[in-house]
Amino acid sequence: MAVDRREFIKIAGVSVIGLTLGPALKLEEKVEASEGKVRRDPKALKGKRWAMVVDTRKCEKCKKCVAAEACHAYHNVPKIPDPKREIKWIWQESFEHAFPHLAAEGEHIGEEIKRRPFVILCNHCKHPPCVRVCPTKATFQREDGIVMMDMHRCIGCRFCMAACPYGSRSFNWMDPRPYITKENPEYPTRTKGVVEKCDFCAERIDQGLLPVCVEACPEKALVFGDINDPNSEVSKLVEKHFTLRRKLELGTDPQVYYII
Amino acid sequence: MFEKAFVGGKKYWGLVLFWSVFIVIGFLCYLWQLKVGLKLTGMSRDVSWGFYIAQFTFLVGVAAGGVMVALPYYFHNYKKFGRIAVLGEFLAIAALVMCLLFIFVDLGRPMRVLNVVFHPTPHSVMFWDMIVLNGYLLLNIIIGWTVLDAEKNGVAPPKWVKPVAYLSIPWAFGIHTVTAFLYCGLPARGFWLTAIMAPRFLASAFAAGPALLLILCILVRKYTKFDPGKEAIQTLGKIVAYAFIANIFFFLCEVFTTFYSHIPEHINHFKYLFVGLHGHGKLVPWMWLSAALAVIAIILLVVPATRKQEDVLVVTCILVFISTWIDKGLGLITGGFIPNPLEEITEYWPTFPEFMISIGVWCAGFLVLTLLYKIAISVKEEVGG
Repeated sequence: MAVDRREFIKIAGVSVIGLTLGPALKLEEKVEASEGKVRRDPKALKGKRWAMVVDTRKCEKCKKCVAAEACHAYHNVPKIPDPKREIKWIWQESFEHAFPHLAAEGEHIGEEIKRRPFVILCNHCKHPPCVRVCPTKATFQREDGIVMMDMHRCIGCRFCMAACPYGSRSFNWMDPRPYITKENPEYPTRTKGVVEKCDFCAERIDQGLLPVCVEACPEKALVFGDINDPNSEVSKLVEKHFTLRRKLELGTDPQVYYII
Repeated sequence: MFEKAFVGGKKYWGLVLFWSVFIVIGFLCYLWQLKVGLKLTGMSRDVSWGFYIAQFTFLVGVAAGGVMVALPYYFHNYKKFGRIAVLGEFLAIAALVMCLLFIFVDLGRPMRVLNVVFHPTPHSVMFWDMIVLNGYLLLNIIIGWTVLDAEKNGVAPPKWVKPVAYLSIPWAFGIHTVTAFLYCGLPARGFWLTAIMAPRFLASAFAAGPALLLILCILVRKYTKFDPGKEAIQTLGKIVAYAFIANIFFFLCEVFTTFYSHIPEHINHFKYLFVGLHGHGKLVPWMWLSAALAVIAIILLVVPATRKQEDVLVVTCILVFISTWIDKGLGLITGGFIPNPLEEITEYWPTFPEFMISIGVWCAGFLVLTLLYKIAISVKEEVGG
């Protein structure tokens, strides 16, 4: 057992490198290997780029957004009273906050538009800044354009929140579970310390269902579909109506369209 | 050489104890934060980065500032800095320890921090920041320690140190450039979206870092037998003068572009910081204090009579340090988040536990600095005496 100090340090050093890199490399292999085995539900909705059209003319009546409430109930979004700690996936804003560039001070936008609520949510950008900045790929983009969150990988650095031009991301400043009134076992709850946001109900789409908010809206103001398919309802709507998108000038190519 | 950190007088141990007390308090507050989550801080949905990330940003500057000693010494063979080169390197080590700790305490799920290594993501600037910061830490440990060890043994440092030292110089510019890129590449934050962010970061770093080093040099001379040298201190003063003026110049360039172009999403942040926006202006007195200190410091730095007087120069350096700290450690991060991209205002101020955790991290850095300086100065006293 003649291991001198120098040799011991050598062995220790190599072991540390091995223990760190080994699992990392193996993990990547596993992911690649399992990819071939994924079987998609034959009922899954098929689309090249999912998008949403919000017909804001139909939103006028609703003081509270029924669709947003349904979404938050379904996704176990906690009701936290302190606005600083709030978690929001989809919610109502006034025109001047949803479109600050178009509503500069003193702008004549008309009383009716000023009163109208604008439902806002993650825009599932074609070029999402949040995905670009995430240091762990915890937020990533699916092939169909949906920007997703892996809540098990997120380290809670909140770089994505600084990057998002739409304020669409929320951080769990505390354990959200005590603030969930009725837990939906269909969807996981989150822990403190991770970021979350709207995921366009990716898991429902994969089962052939529409997003919860689209189903729940009593006015049918929200329309969901493939913007790359010229025959889809969303394509027809944006063809027929002039629509706005939030902060289009930033080059993110947001996929939520607003009919005024 | 470690053994030199274990022997010392009452003052030395008193200082070690002083830092340790605040480290323990900070650590206990951190355990509290770990238990209840980041709701313990003043951060919010709108201001999602606060005091921690601001301290991190400022301290990357302090770490990079050490290069203002290494560059003249290694590139221009400026011998007067030979005596204090190791002090600059050890200051960088302490600053980087604080940087890494500030990132760590800011994480929502700190146990997952290695995900950054397990899932390397080159399109994220944070990935590169991790590499440059850890790399710079390693470089400074290697260079500082090897050179000091050679000095202790009365031999010339090994030849391989030179190229490593040369590498560390552009690397220092790299750490603060990459740190600026964290902010200035975000499309929706008008306050940060400016190409001059990295140069401004470097200029303020090269003012704040050498300013702190100058203060430390004076303290070292006062309390130990090691004299860093009058000329080295004067040269540091000149470096602080040029860098600080460059910093203010870059800031004024920013002010011109912002206000002359008159684009609201750029102006609003400046308004929030300096005059208040829609009745909100928590940082206004701080920003004006920073500006006032800057003006006084520039006058004292530019006039040769005041710069050459050492007592005045120390005070000036304290002003420079505070002014740049307010600018970067208080205004820069919060200012970028107010107003938010929806033009709403949520104000931010650190909570007491958040503040104590920050103090704990600062003291951890100063403890590292105290230990390293104790080692370095013991060696220098031995060799000199």
